[in-house]
Amino acid sequence: MEIRSKEFKDRAVFAIHDASLQQALGKARGGFVGKRAQQAAELPEFEQLREEAKNTKNHILDHLDHYLERYEAAVTAAGGHVHWARDAEEARKIILDICQRVDAKTVTKGKSMVSEEIGLNEALIDNGMEVIETDLGEYIIQLAHEPPSHIIAPAVHKTKDQVSDLFEAAHGGPRKTEVPDLVNEARMVLRDKYFRADVGITGGNFLVAETGSSIIVTNEGNGDLTQTLAKVHIVTSGIERVVPTLDDATLFLRLLARSATGQETETYTTISTGPRRADDLDGPEEYHVVLVDNGRSKMLAGRFKDMLRCIRCGACMNHCPVYGAVGGHAYGWVYPGPMGSVLTPLIKGLDNAYDLPNACTLNGRCASVCPVKIPLPDLLRELRHMQHQQDLTPVMQKRALKVWRYVATRPKLYHALEQVGARVLSAIARNGSIRRLPLASGWTDVRDLPAPAGRTFLELWQGKRGQK
Amino acid sequence: MSTSNARDAILGSVRNALRRGPLDDTRRAELDARVPRHTRPAQGEDLVARFIRKFESRAGTTARVASRADVPAAVEAYRAGKGLPARAAVGAALQDLAFPGLEIHHGAAGVSEMLSVSQALAGIAEPGSLMMASGPASPITHNFVPDDHVVVLDAGAIVGHFEEAWAVLRARAEGMPRATNIISGPSRTADVEQTIQLGAHGPRRVHVIIVG
Amino acid sequence: MTETPTRGPRVGLFATCLMNVFRPNVGFSAVKLLEDAGCTVEVPANQTCCGQPGYNSGDYDAARALARQVIEAFEHYDYIVGPSGSCMATIRHDYPVLFQNDDVWRPRAQALSEKSWELLSFLADVLHAAPADARYDGTVTYHDSCSGLRGLGIKGQPRALLGEVDGLKLKEMEDSEVCCGFGGTFCVKYPEISEKMVEDKVRNILASGADTLVGGDLGCLMNIAGRLKRIHAPVKVFHTAEVLAGLADGPGLAGAAKEAD
Repeated sequence: MEIRSKEFKDRAVFAIHDASLQQALGKARGGFVGKRAQQAAELPEFEQLREEAKNTKNHILDHLDHYLERYEAAVTAAGGHVHWARDAEEARKIILDICQRVDAKTVTKGKSMVSEEIGLNEALIDNGMEVIETDLGEYIIQLAHEPPSHIIAPAVHKTKDQVSDLFEAAHGGPRKTEVPDLVNEARMVLRDKYFRADVGITGGNFLVAETGSSIIVTNEGNGDLTQTLAKVHIVTSGIERVVPTLDDATLFLRLLARSATGQETETYTTISTGPRRADDLDGPEEYHVVLVDNGRSKMLAGRFKDMLRCIRCGACMNHCPVYGAVGGHAYGWVYPGPMGSVLTPLIKGLDNAYDLPNACTLNGRCASVCPVKIPLPDLLRELRHMQHQQDLTPVMQKRALKVWRYVATRPKLYHALEQVGARVLSAIARNGSIRRLPLASGWTDVRDLPAPAGRTFLELWQGKRGQK
Repeated sequence: MSTSNARDAILGSVRNALRRGPLDDTRRAELDARVPRHTRPAQGEDLVARFIRKFESRAGTTARVASRADVPAAVEAYRAGKGLPARAAVGAALQDLAFPGLEIHHGAAGVSEMLSVSQALAGIAEPGSLMMASGPASPITHNFVPDDHVVVLDAGAIVGHFEEAWAVLRARAEGMPRATNIISGPSRTADVEQTIQLGAHGPRRVHVIIVG
Repeated sequence: MTETPTRGPRVGLFATCLMNVFRPNVGFSAVKLLEDAGCTVEVPANQTCCGQPGYNSGDYDAARALARQVIEAFEHYDYIVGPSGSCMATIRHDYPVLFQNDDVWRPRAQALSEKSWELLSFLADVLHAAPADARYDGTVTYHDSCSGLRGLGIKGQPRALLGEVDGLKLKEMEDSEVCCGFGGTFCVKYPEISEKMVEDKVRNILASGADTLVGGDLGCLMNIAGRLKRIHAPVKVFHTAEVLAGLADGPGLAGAAKEAD
């Protein structure tokens, strides 16, 4: 997928004025937050689990090479194949080769953010394959020719009316307007596709080194139909998703659904181990896993190692007031919200996503709900630091910082300027505030500037108490 | 092909980032012997009661019978109650049972299948979920294709936590199943305006017959 | 006062930039509350800004320059206390990080960090103080500023202290813990997003039915007060300290002075 994060500001403003988007975001916001809070409250061990999850992920990352090798050996022993892809292009080529080798015409897909990250659909479609997203949300946005706007609720930005329009256009027939009818219509259309599919592609929430299994967690059952009914099952996953044992996966399973959708558990947790066996009555004949690096191993080296703990639950975006205001598309690439604002610059380049680390108030709500305790605000600030060091910060801002530093390290000068400021602002204020201030239009376009009293605290204090 | 180069490059890059070479055999053996002891949420409840409470909280339904011989009647009661046609895909794990009046087969479930009956390997009380192990006696399609899925679960096969369910898997002579499906209720989606709708792609209804 | 023979702690008041320029009354309120609780309060003249604007803009060198200045100005006090969760979280959490590779300044930053307190939590958690006979006739809703709430765990303390004020009715708004859209330079770099966020905040304030908004950070309060003023909503805005000190008798932030002015 082409990155459009440079247009963040314009896209954000557009999103704020999109009435249907705002309607959809408004409906989503309360639900996720409230349900997660309830789940966290109902599990006394929740905070303890978050701490253990953080520590366990750190252990895995410190021994990532070993667990990947152990995982690979176990997959092979179970009759599956592991492929390694350094970047998006290699990953696309591996998958395309498998599809072409089996002469695939129809490819069904369960939800996979890695496949979005590597731009898989376009590659398959360009090579003449029919690609069908089967997660209802993904299916909706595929019909709309849009990327997902959320990592677990890809069509969260669509209203029911918009879904009705899309289904009517795609399926023909009488327009459905109620949720049960819409869901049923998609069910009927997609059933046929599952049974016709040559290749089924899913993501992998966890890769278990102990057993060589991939685990997916879904509510709809689409991932299971995708991977069971196609002749070939391909799992796409980031290298950081490996866990040592089933017991370790459990730790994250206990946190994932609660953090993501605010459910105690999702409906289906499926552990897949190799291809169909000799006496099996169903299941894929081939089982492949594509392990994608795409910048991850480099992240392991420094401050951004913390980001590799991410289990892609989406809690950070559900709790982000900026995401809540602008939705996922404004971010301009695959991963939106706080986690996306860290990942996008790291994967796609700092200069391609200047705004993402900056469009954040550092309010910390994301980190406070992250199930693996990623210090997202600190990482965003660290990206700002890198931008500053690499001279990507806008010239005006850099200059302003220089002036500010010069003045603020000279208390007498600073206080003198503060006194002038307080007097001037007080003089031009009317009824307690200032409505227009040309040099601060970013402030006054949106809100009044409360007027100062005229004299600064330090001035008044010295007048009252003298200097000690 | 390039994938082995890629493998070495990625593992090399990982080690480079971690500022070390490959781990020695001693360390690798230690890691392989590591037994995680993560916190398990406390449970102070009868396992069967908890399973039922949790499973029903997500729109699953349950019935309880005294013995395995009562299963066919319970299946028939469910089928008749839902007005389903008198045919079903039945897992061969249940082939010891006769289902009079029901046209059954032990094959995979096809696109038009309405009802399936399966044997669960275990129940997990913690979330109130079924654990199904795929194999010739329990095809995966039975779990996902029909509108109605009836699952037979032995009360004695309900364990407390996930970890105990994994122990059941590890104890199998044939090793890990091809697919282990942990099922917590009917298929659902909230992808249209966060409205929960059952029967997205998988079964619209899941009914558990607890034996014993 | 005459009953306290032992000298209370010597507190250096951190006079935040916004307080110094826009709201001296907050400073005097802080002094009153601290002195009422038995502290000796001094306001060092060689202080300016905590350095957070530099830190959050990625200019760590500038932030360190400012941090050194604050450390030098305050390290000889028993405590450094300021009426802002944001500035005080910077001093407490960020200073030690800024100097983590500096053997000279790291211990000094760490020492200052350990005796740095946001005003309300200092009053409640360290001094166990209750406001002395303050009165406020109004229905008040409290906005949890993010740095105070998530950085310093300030949530119950201001509410408990406000509960002691005669005549004051506390009424919670929905989403009191959600950011108001200030975010330092964020609010001028991304004014449209900030507007959407403060709009949501203002809607919740108005829905609460309160006639007064209080909070612990002037940045947030100026943002919200400015927005309330822009839409002509008649809600008064004060810093929590002003209400507790009984000094919330004048116009609130962005409020017009009385005719007598």
